[in-house]
Amino acid sequence: MIVPLAHVLILAAILFGLGLVCTLVWRSNVIMLLVGIEIMLNAAMLVFVGGSCHWGTADGQVFALMIMAMTSAEVSLALALVMYLHRRRNTVNVDEFRELRD
Amino acid sequence: METYLFYILAVVTVIGTLLAITEKHPVHAIVYLVTSFFSLAVIFFLLAAPLIAMFEVIIYAGAVMVLFMFVIMMLDLGRPDEATLPTLRQWLLPTFLGVIILVSIGSVAVSHYGAPSAVHEVSVKEFALILFQKYAVAIEIISMQLLFAVVGALYLGRRRTP
Repeated sequence: MIVPLAHVLILAAILFGLGLVCTLVWRSNVIMLLVGIEIMLNAAMLVFVGGSCHWGTADGQVFALMIMAMTSAEVSLALALVMYLHRRRNTVNVDEFRELRD
Repeated sequence: METYLFYILAVVTVIGTLLAITEKHPVHAIVYLVTSFFSLAVIFFLLAAPLIAMFEVIIYAGAVMVLFMFVIMMLDLGRPDEATLPTLRQWLLPTFLGVIILVSIGSVAVSHYGAPSAVHEVSVKEFALILFQKYAVAIEIISMQLLFAVVGALYLGRRRTP
C-alpha cells in the first residue's frame, strides 16, 4: 500500500461531506441532488477499495463492484422518476413536489 | 513517486467535486464531476484495484454521467439564463453539518494513524475467483436488481394513452 489507510479515509470523508452538502443544498434542482448521492457512493467505494488494499483481500473490491451495479440501477430509476415528475409538474424543484398525487 | 501522485490526484478530485457542487450550470457541473471521477479512477488504480478503476471510467464517467447529460438535455435544463445557485441561507446549515462530519471522521482517522502496510496485492485472477465463487449468489441478486430497475424505468417512462 502506497499511503496510510488514514489518508484514504480522510479523502473519502472529504468527498462524502461534499456529497452530503450538495444533497442538502440543491433543493432547487433534483438532478444536482442525485449528483450529490453519486459523490457519496463514490466515497463509500473509495473506503472499500482502500480497505481491500490495506488488508490484501479482494472482498472490498467485490463490494465496490456491487455498489457500482447498485448505483447504475438506482440512477436509471431515479432519472426515469425525474422525467415522470417533470412531465407532470414541468419543474425540477424539489420543494414543488409536495403531494403524492395530483 | 506513487505516493506523491496519490496526493496530487486527491487534490484534483476534491477541487473537481467542489467546483461541481458550486457550479450553477448543470452541464458544467457534470463535466467537472467527470474530471473528478477520472482522477478517482487513477486513485483506484494506485490502490491496486485496476479492474475497479476501469469500471469507474466505463460505468461512472461513461454511462452514468452521460445518462445525466441526456436527461438534462431532454428536459431542457441547460439554459444559462435560467440557472440559479441556491441562496446563501440554504448553503449555511448544510456546510456546517458537512464540516462537523469532516472534522469528526478526520480526527478518528488521524488517531488511528498507521504506517503503510506491506501486504500482497490482489491480482485480477484472485478477484474474479472470489467474485464468482464466494459471492456468486450476490451476483445473481445484483443482476435481478438491474432487471427490476430496467422494468421500473420502462414503466415510469412510458407514454400514457388518454
